[in-house]
Amino acid sequence: MARFDPYENNGGTCVAIAGAGYCVVAADMRLSVGYSILTRDHSKIAHLADKCVLASSGFQGDVKALQKNLAAKELVYEHNHNKKMSCPAMAQLLSNTLYYKRFFPYYAFNVLGGLDSEGKGCVFTYDAVGSYERTGYSAQGTGATLMMPVLDNQLKSPSPLLLPARDAVTPLSEAEAVDLVKDVFASATERDIYTGDKLEIVIINSSGSRRECIELRKD
Amino acid sequence: MDGSHASGSKVAAADGPGTQRTQYPYVTGTSIIALKYKDGVIMASDTGASYGSTLRYKSVERIKAVGKHSLIGASGEYSDFQEILRYLDELTLSDHMWDDGNSLGPKEIHSYLTRVMYNRRNKFDPLWNSLVLGGVKKGPKGEEKYLGMVNMIGTHFEENHIATGFGNHLAIPILRAEWREDMTFEEAVKLVEKCLLVLLYRDRSSINKFQIAKITTEGATIYPPYSLKTYWGFSAFENPSQGAVGSW
Amino acid sequence: MTGAMDLPPKGGFSYDYCRRNAMLADKGLKMPGFLKTGTTIVGLVFQDGVVLGADTRATEGPIVADKNCEKIHFMAPNIYCCGAGTAADTEAVTDMVSSQLQLHRYATGRESRVVTALTLLKSHLFSYQGHVSAALVLGGVDVTGPHLHTVYPHGSTDTLPFATMGSGSLAAMSVFESQYKEGLTREEGIKLVADAIRAGIFNDLGSGSNVDVCVITKGKTEYLRNHQLPNPRTYASSKGYSFTKGQTEVLYTKITQLKPKVEVTEGDAMEE
Repeated sequence: MARFDPYENNGGTCVAIAGAGYCVVAADMRLSVGYSILTRDHSKIAHLADKCVLASSGFQGDVKALQKNLAAKELVYEHNHNKKMSCPAMAQLLSNTLYYKRFFPYYAFNVLGGLDSEGKGCVFTYDAVGSYERTGYSAQGTGATLMMPVLDNQLKSPSPLLLPARDAVTPLSEAEAVDLVKDVFASATERDIYTGDKLEIVIINSSGSRRECIELRKD
Repeated sequence: MDGSHASGSKVAAADGPGTQRTQYPYVTGTSIIALKYKDGVIMASDTGASYGSTLRYKSVERIKAVGKHSLIGASGEYSDFQEILRYLDELTLSDHMWDDGNSLGPKEIHSYLTRVMYNRRNKFDPLWNSLVLGGVKKGPKGEEKYLGMVNMIGTHFEENHIATGFGNHLAIPILRAEWREDMTFEEAVKLVEKCLLVLLYRDRSSINKFQIAKITTEGATIYPPYSLKTYWGFSAFENPSQGAVGSW
Repeated sequence: MTGAMDLPPKGGFSYDYCRRNAMLADKGLKMPGFLKTGTTIVGLVFQDGVVLGADTRATEGPIVADKNCEKIHFMAPNIYCCGAGTAADTEAVTDMVSSQLQLHRYATGRESRVVTALTLLKSHLFSYQGHVSAALVLGGVDVTGPHLHTVYPHGSTDTLPFATMGSGSLAAMSVFESQYKEGLTREEGIKLVADAIRAGIFNDLGSGSNVDVCVITKGKTEYLRNHQLPNPRTYASSKGYSFTKGQTEVLYTKITQLKPKVEVTEGDAMEE
C-alpha cells in the first residue's frame, strides 16, 4: 500500500569557490527522482542580491520554497534599509530560516557564495537544519563526496585554528577557479548518477556578475 | 483554502491522541501526456479510473479547461482532482470579479497549484495527484506557450513535453527522441498516439479509450473519446511454447 | 547414539541462512552492498537470427562502479546471454550453465540448443527461490532456428519476439513497442537494438556509457563490443594536475627483507 512520504531527493550537486576578488557558484541542471530524469534544464541557483548567490540541491519543493522565502525577505530588507543585503547577512538569515524548521526541516543542501563588505570572495556552507560556516570553497549535494577531496587537494585552506586568523580565500585566479569547477563537475558526472546534463556557473566580481553554461554527460 | 477543507482526508482515524491525516489513494487515474507544438499545447490521457487493481470507471475526463488560456490534466486520486477543480473555479471566479480585463494565464495557475500542493504536503494531508498545466497566453514577447507539472509533494518544473505516472518511464524516452518545437497539430497527435499505444500495451491500468485536448490562442478544445488500433499478430505470440519445446 | 534428527535432511530446500540473515538484519546488521548492474539489456528476433544488446554501466547505489563493463555473457558459440541484477549472480549463473553446456557438447558432439540453456538456468534459479538475483535475456540460434527468452530471478521464463530487462527495460521497451516489426533485416535489427539501449542509457540513471551488441545467425556469431560510444567526456582541464611530493612527514624508516637469504653450507651449490 502506498504510504505518504513528504520528502524526495531530486539530486544534484552545488559548488562554490571564493577568491580574493571573486566568487564562483556552480550547480548542475539535472532534476531527477529515483532512476528517472524529470528534466535536463532546471536551475538550482538563485540570485538573491547583487553580491549574493545561493545554490541548493535536495528536495526541489523545499528548495524552491526556501529560495522564494529568502528572496522575499531580501526585498523587505531592501525597503527597510534602502540597500541590498550583504552576503554575510544573507548567510545568517539562511541559517535562521533553516533552523526555524528544525523539526520538519527543509531537505535542502545549500552553498551560498558572494562578496563580503570588503569585496573579498566568501562561501558559506550549511547542513539541512542551519549549522553553517564561512569557508573558502565548498561542495554540497549528491556529488559532494566525490568533489570535496579534489577541492581539498587543490585549494587547501589554512587551518581555522591558526592565529592570527588567515583569509579563507583560495589562491587561484578567477579563470583557474572556473576551469577547476568545470573539471570537477565533468569528473563527478562520470561517477555520480544524479549529477549531469548541464552545468550552470555564476561568477561574481567587483564588476558585477555573469553566467556561463556548459554541457555535461547526459547518461 | 482554509482549515475547513478537512473533507480531503479519506482516513481520519483518531488513533490515540492526535489525528492521522495521512491518506492513501482510492480511485486513481493513470498517465497524462502533454507537449508543446507549433500553435500551442496538446494534452492526452485515457479515460479509465482504477479502484486498486480493479478498473472501476471507464469514462472519466481527466483533462479539463481552466480559465481562458489553460488546460489541466491529472493523474492520481480522482476525488482530489475534483477538489482541485473546485479550487480553480473559485480562483478564476474571484479573479474575474475584479473586472479589470486581466485574466489568469497558465503560468499563474501553475504557480497557484504548486503552492496548493506544497502547502497540503506541509500539513501532511496531501492531494494525491500529479498535475500537468498547459496553455498559451499573449505576453510581452507575443504568444507564450507554457507547460509545467507539479506532483503531490510540491516538486514542480517546466518542460517542452511532460508525462506523468507510468508515462514518465514509457513515454518520455519517445518524446525526448522525437519532439520538435515546430510540430504541426497533426504531427503532435501522431506522436501522442504513439505514446498512448505504448502505454496501452505496457501499463496494466491503461484502457483503449483516449481523449486528446489542445489549447491555442483560439481557446481550449477537448475532443470526444476514441480508440486506437492494436496489433497482436506476432508469430511468437501465437504459439509461444513452439519456440521452447522441452522447456517447462 | 545418533538420532535421526541429527542427520542432514535429504532433498528439499534449506533456508536456515535466510532466516538467520533476516534475524541479523532485524537486529541491525548491515549486509555489505553488492555490485548491482542497474541495467538496460535487450534482445530481438530478426529475419535470420537474434540480436542482443546491453549498456555498459555497473552501479553501486548512486555511484558508477564500472563505466565499461560487459553484460553480454558467453553461453555457447551459438548462444549468448545478457544479465541484469547482482553482477556476481549473473556472472556465476551464466558461467555454470556455460560449462554444463560445454560438457554436454563433449558428450554428444552436437551443437547446444537454446532450450537446454534455458532449462538449466531456470531450474537453478527456481531452486534458489529468487535469492540468486539474475534477470536474463537469453538468445541464440540452434538447429531448430532462432530463439529469444527472458528469465526472471525466481525461475519463470518467457518466449518473445523482442525482450527487455533491467532498470532501463521500460525505456527500451518503449522503442520496441513503437518500432518492432517481424522480418527485420540484420542492419535494421542492429539499429533497433542500439536505439533501445540508447533509450535506456539516456533516460534511465541506472544505465549509461556505451552500447554493446551481439548478432547471432546460423553458423556465425558477431560480438560487437562498444558498437557505439555516445558519451565522450565533456570537459577536461587544459592544464594537468601536479601533486607536490613529501607532504607526509617520515617519522621513521625500517627495512624488512622480504626474501630470507639462504646459504648452502653442505654439498655443491646448484649450477646457475
